[in-house]
Amino acid sequence: MADAVPTFHPEPETLLGYAAGSLDEASSVLVATHLALCPRCRAEVRRLETVGGALTGSLEPVALAPDALATVLARLDEPEAPARRPAGPAFDRETLFSVPAPLRDYLGGNLSSLPWRWRGPSIRELPLAIGDGGPRASLIRVRPGTALPAHTHTGAETTLVLCGAFVDDGQSFARGDVSIATSDDDHQPVATPDAECLCFAVVDGPLRLTGPIGRLFNPFLRL
Amino acid sequence: METTPNTDATGGRHDGLVEAIAATGDRPAFAELFEHFAPRLKAYLMRLGSDASTAEEVVQEVMLTVWRKAASFDRRQASAGTWIFTIARNRRIDRLRRERRPEFDPNDPALVPEGPADADRTVWAGQIEGRVRAAIESLPPEQSDLIRRAYFEDQSHREIAETSGLPLGTVKSRIRLAMQRLRERIDDLG
Ligand SMILES: [Zn+2]
Repeated sequence: MADAVPTFHPEPETLLGYAAGSLDEASSVLVATHLALCPRCRAEVRRLETVGGALTGSLEPVALAPDALATVLARLDEPEAPARRPAGPAFDRETLFSVPAPLRDYLGGNLSSLPWRWRGPSIRELPLAIGDGGPRASLIRVRPGTALPAHTHTGAETTLVLCGAFVDDGQSFARGDVSIATSDDDHQPVATPDAECLCFAVVDGPLRLTGPIGRLFNPFLRL
Repeated sequence: METTPNTDATGGRHDGLVEAIAATGDRPAFAELFEHFAPRLKAYLMRLGSDASTAEEVVQEVMLTVWRKAASFDRRQASAGTWIFTIARNRRIDRLRRERRPEFDPNDPALVPEGPADADRTVWAGQIEGRVRAAIESLPPEQSDLIRRAYFEDQSHREIAETSGLPLGTVKSRIRLAMQRLRERIDDLG
């Protein structure tokens, strides 16, 4: 697979939210995963972090307790606490190369062994527990040449392509591309016929699903 | 007590201090960084809603991380001020919002590396913070306020829209416009 650079990026305000640290965890996973695939947005996030550094540097300083420096100096030689996150499973090549690290950290195993849920003849979904009470996140795999679930929604849905590609409204979205559907869109993306399409989707706000597959989805996604 | 304005020259000095910690475990260099950054980090955390004692604890953890991770600092990627801001931001998410902070891993086998055309895109790294500050000061107040709110209020754009009574699309396009103006000012000052 050639390292093609993505064509479709997260919205500028979303990159800003990521750099500022105000974006929810699921959306941050999507941005960080896109960053692994997009040198352009990595450079942009660095610029936005520079703004954060400049703003923080210009805040009116607030004095610390008089012994604050001494306290920290006394702790410099403390042994570092071990990383709280245990080393993850050893991933196979497919998972390692398909799913960049920020998202891979949330998978419990290899793509081929995860507890995929049946969502119709050509769709499998893996809901992911990312953050508390934020947007819903899941991996979705779609057979070549078949439609992704059609739905309308009251919030925004952001989809990052990890493998394969889909066509939506005449535009092609491939690895690294971010597709943003607002509540006004009633869209039906279709996976290209050459390969299975693997996507990471983050849905903000409750879904209103339409069509036979939508009704199938509903009881699960309302959770 | 340091009274020097935080110009690009002192910014360059801070880069050197972090490098001295990495090279020789230089404690006076650490103390100087602490005197400069700790009160500003405390202000940052309190702006974002921490009480004073929690802010102080988090500042200590951030400065300990500066000491321990100094070797990973790279002035070509970011100035010391920016690097320390990102540590504080991540620590706040971890400690106060109790969420994980996902970051890309430069050693990830799935990472798409920088191409030759990306080399000149790092123009904002290094000693540019003074210029960024001047550019923010030169914006109309409603635009600089919006940028400050983006960094100092832990609010999604949807929440900003709800509290300000503006449609979400309006909030987004105003933030986008303010950031565009900022970009133009920074380039003008260059
Ligand atoms: Zn991008």
